[in-house]
Amino acid sequence: MWSLLALNSTHCQITHVVKRWKSTIRRIDKLLIANRGEIACRVLRTARRLGVKTVAVYSEADQHALHVSQADEAYNIGPPPASQSYLRGDKLLEVAHKAGCQAIHPGYGFLSENVEFAENCEKNNIIFIGPPASAIQDMGIKSKSKEIMSKAGVPIIEGYHGEDQSKAKLKQEAQKIGYPIMIKAVRGGGGKGMRIANTESEFEEALESAKSEAQKAFGDSVVLLEKFVAEPRHVEVQVFADLHGNAVHLFERDCSVQRRHQKIIEEAPAPGLSEELRSELGAAAVRAAKAVGYVGAGTVEFILDKKSHSFHFMEMNTRLQVEHPITEMITGTDLVEWQIKAARGEKLPLNQDQISLRGHSFEARIYAEDPSGGFLPGAGVLSYLRSPPVRDDIRIETGVREGDEVSVHYDPMIAKLVVWGENRAEALLKMQTLLTEYNVTGLQTNVNFLLDLARHPEFISGNVHTNFIKENNDSLFKTKTASETQLIQAALGVILQDEVTDIRNAVNRKDQFNPFIVESGFRINHQFNRDIKLEFKNEEKLVRVKFVDQNVFHVSLNGGKSWKIVNGQLSREDETVTLRCTIDGIKNRVNIFSDDNVIAIFDNSGKVELELEKASFLTEEVDDSVSGGNKAFAPMPGVLDKILVNVGDSVKKGDSLFVLIAMKMEYVVKATRDATVENIFFKAGDNVQKDVTILQFKEENMS
Amino acid sequence: MFSKSRILYNQSFVKFLHTDTGNVIKTKIDFKSQQFINNEVHMKNLVSTLRHRTDEILKGGGDKAIQRHTSKGKLLVRDRINLLLDKSTAFLELSALAAYDMYGGGINAAGVITGIGKIHGRECMVIANDATVKGGTYYPMTVKKHLRAQEIAQENKLPCIYLVDSGGANLPHQADVFPDKLHFGREFYNQANMSAAGIAQIAVVLGSCTAGGAYVPAMADESIIVKHQGTIFLGGPPLVKMATGEEISEEELGGAELHCSSSGVTDHFALNDEHALYITRQIVKNLNRRHVENFDTEFEPPLYSGEDLYGIIDPDLQKPFEIREVIARIFDGSRLDEFKKKYGDTLVCGFAKLYGKKVGIVGNNGVLFSESAMKGAHFVQLCTQRNIPIIFLQNITGFMVGKDAEMGGIAKHGAKLVTAVACAKVPKFTLIIGGSYGAGNYGMCGRSYSPRFLYMWPNARISVMGGRQAAGVLSQVISKGKQWTQKQIDDFEAPIIEQFEREGSPYFASARMWDDGVIDPKDTRKVLGLSLAAALNAEPEKTEYGVFRM
Repeated sequence: MWSLLALNSTHCQITHVVKRWKSTIRRIDKLLIANRGEIACRVLRTARRLGVKTVAVYSEADQHALHVSQADEAYNIGPPPASQSYLRGDKLLEVAHKAGCQAIHPGYGFLSENVEFAENCEKNNIIFIGPPASAIQDMGIKSKSKEIMSKAGVPIIEGYHGEDQSKAKLKQEAQKIGYPIMIKAVRGGGGKGMRIANTESEFEEALESAKSEAQKAFGDSVVLLEKFVAEPRHVEVQVFADLHGNAVHLFERDCSVQRRHQKIIEEAPAPGLSEELRSELGAAAVRAAKAVGYVGAGTVEFILDKKSHSFHFMEMNTRLQVEHPITEMITGTDLVEWQIKAARGEKLPLNQDQISLRGHSFEARIYAEDPSGGFLPGAGVLSYLRSPPVRDDIRIETGVREGDEVSVHYDPMIAKLVVWGENRAEALLKMQTLLTEYNVTGLQTNVNFLLDLARHPEFISGNVHTNFIKENNDSLFKTKTASETQLIQAALGVILQDEVTDIRNAVNRKDQFNPFIVESGFRINHQFNRDIKLEFKNEEKLVRVKFVDQNVFHVSLNGGKSWKIVNGQLSREDETVTLRCTIDGIKNRVNIFSDDNVIAIFDNSGKVELELEKASFLTEEVDDSVSGGNKAFAPMPGVLDKILVNVGDSVKKGDSLFVLIAMKMEYVVKATRDATVENIFFKAGDNVQKDVTILQFKEENMS
Repeated sequence: MFSKSRILYNQSFVKFLHTDTGNVIKTKIDFKSQQFINNEVHMKNLVSTLRHRTDEILKGGGDKAIQRHTSKGKLLVRDRINLLLDKSTAFLELSALAAYDMYGGGINAAGVITGIGKIHGRECMVIANDATVKGGTYYPMTVKKHLRAQEIAQENKLPCIYLVDSGGANLPHQADVFPDKLHFGREFYNQANMSAAGIAQIAVVLGSCTAGGAYVPAMADESIIVKHQGTIFLGGPPLVKMATGEEISEEELGGAELHCSSSGVTDHFALNDEHALYITRQIVKNLNRRHVENFDTEFEPPLYSGEDLYGIIDPDLQKPFEIREVIARIFDGSRLDEFKKKYGDTLVCGFAKLYGKKVGIVGNNGVLFSESAMKGAHFVQLCTQRNIPIIFLQNITGFMVGKDAEMGGIAKHGAKLVTAVACAKVPKFTLIIGGSYGAGNYGMCGRSYSPRFLYMWPNARISVMGGRQAAGVLSQVISKGKQWTQKQIDDFEAPIIEQFEREGSPYFASARMWDDGVIDPKDTRKVLGLSLAAALNAEPEKTEYGVFRM
């Protein structure tokens, strides 16, 4: 009691006399977190540990989100679209004032690299936890950043982005940059309008073909030139700087494995780097930070040539990155704590010599998306969510709980699984196992894909580069089938779940020892056969189960030609249902989830989800009225951006009907046949769920 | 204690230890003896025959009829039942052997499946026509089976679900189907009276429901009909054409649309079989009936395997077997609290538990003497006094005969047992595990004494007396005053023995529904348990006895 009082009085003294002897220390005891999801929760955790009060903001879609429930206070800042909520700097500042926050942590994305917002914070006397607006501005402009870096002696990738598009000029620039060279349509994307010229002799032809393709695809033939790196690796260095002119690096991360230009598995340190190269990278990054007068957390991205090990500056991210935890794991630091301290004006907690690299760390990003469907983002309710328990060497960064919705409005990331091991092999093994314990149903995720990736021999050997997924496409996207064991487990799971349901009802009636319950499936002088119909990827599987004795079944996958002896039992611990079963003497154990529509098995291969047979009468009524083909559906959940047709329009096969946007992806739905539009059920701006009917054609156009 | 408990969520079972072993039956069976092995081989043969015959019965009306039936989008009768019942419930099917080897064969299960299973946790009687067997028409045994199922439902207060798909009375047999007291008309009489007694009557019209059959849905409390499949009319199109000359389709005359929208004969319109059965389940869910008695206490399984019974039962019914060895393989924990153990020891009486429920057991352990009969009567009185159901394990050649016995009043002492058994209103269950002869059948609650359920083992025999004894009696009467050679006697007796042998067979008995089914001895515990569970749906009744001759 006494010491507490003493502490308080000292504290009061400090605030009174602060200006006289520590002019740079600024007070942050209440922090506004201008973000959502896992990063909001992440920042909140450290803030709370430091005794800093937290204020969350939320859009209408996030009213019940995890970050809101964890914060000390939370404020509604508007409708679901980010442009009307999380991107509204004015509202955020208003909340900061209202709540009495001294600082705003922007997280990543949204306003984290917004110059105007950073400036407005400053104007409003609110500390923006990030670099000075000038640094954001400088690093936000590609040509400017390259110029600064080049001057600071950081190697940059050569290129030509000029307006002079004459053949001669382009060729001359190409000469200057050096071959091999990449010719890229300025408006290009998805590899269209992109050519590589390995030598000068190839240049003209490649240029012509890139231009004409660009013209056709985008109606614009302007190209840029860049030095081509055949097997580039994406290696980035975490840097940190304080207000006192100190800057350090916290080693590098390898984020080469990407899909749709988004990272999915990151690791630190980058595999296969010599200590020499590592320190060269680190030094270059520190030079880069110092060159822009950087303060706070930043990341300097480099392209590393897999073969030559030469590296070039790509860009600098002036925020805390998604993948920062792996750096924390190998350096034993808390970068959010560092950020807050740097923002207060304190000196960096460690100098370069005190920062050491220990072990290896991986991060896998678990997304709601469909890997085999072009990684189309998904949305929906996480009807079931189980994750491995966290420990010192395992972190799960998430902003959602079971029952939460992954909204179409925001990034579909569900969680980040972060592991640490003494070395790469140890860390990777943990990651592989833990991925099998991250179990989700309700929406499609990339967990199985991450697992395949983490188990890929090339990945295991550290042979990573940015074309990894494309190059290993065949081995990563093998057609999956449900194994016999999985089918048997699913069928047994259904039967035992049904039994459990009956027993539970009996328990409620206090009748659980009734022989009709106890002797489940008993028939007189014969055996009860039950056919379980399962569907895997639109393929129907029939599993015949014969009730032989109490908890003894014979199971046939070939309509009764041969039988396997099976028994099993379900157990439930912490709401997780485990099926232990024995198939012809071989025992196994998997977790299962089932509802009225699906049964999911979580085993060593990840998740196998099988659809259950629906009662025929539930689909019959629908079948009566629908003649397929006279409707256009939303292929994924998203926001209707544009509707390109009107009621009464005649459309030809292949005509665009509407544009759907989900997670930065534009999806154009086209007519599958000639038809007349009869009805449109939505308008632009509406949120739509997957498979809903957007518009309907006239019946008579059916051919 | 029993394996299911492990999958009961959120249910913590106190594993109480039975330190009391005083009432546990200790088996004296020598499993390695030649006798045991021989018995086992014999019984396994009988069981395999039973299963084989049952498999044949399961084929219903055969491949062609099944093809014709399913091609219309109709489900087979057993699939219908499985969809109707709770997914993991046991199903106590009754009299699968009805009409076995009768009417020239092939009338499998008499064309109607009856049995008890749970629907939303409620035990219900299902009476389901098998339209693949002669169009589901009613043979005399079909009627008998239908009425027996109704009788069981009535006695045990079980809601009745009729899955109707029948062409009505089998015309060639109309004389044995239509006119008598316990013929076709009794079905509707029962429906009316059960409904009056608050026993729900629900009809699902899944096929034709012609003439008399039309009254099944019409007399039901609630009825469902399947579109394009179910039809209800008093006279079908051919009869209408005969009577009025009107030409009309079945659907127009009595289809689902008509009956649900215009006539109001049916209440619920179903899109298909599955839908109809779903609606039926919902109806049962809304019956709002409470269980009279629940099975809410944990029980011990028997100490010994039910399969031991194969080796315990001697195929030669003249050789007695120890009834306690049988009891030890049926009842909870193989425990028996015996009553009057040292008195009248050819009848074993005592209390045991079946799935946690107290039952009285009366089991033969030899010929019935006067003492055994009096002991039995006394024990039955104890059970009725205390409202404890009684299970009779019948293996009886009869009451003792001879001068001593008659002089000792075996007739009046036997009558005491018969009186007690006849009047007892507690649920009675009879299992014939060996011979069932003569007045022993009466004293041990034969069919005439209205046990709620009666089953036979495949080794059992039932007749007024043994074939050899009957032949002997007859040959003595006929040959009185004549000097018959042994060959003459043998020639005379052989066909009589053969007739008794044939008619005493459990298949002959079960085909004629003198029982509710022939069961595998190893399933005895389950079948008796299920029967008990069904019986406990009815409120206990008070017993009053007739005069006991002293």
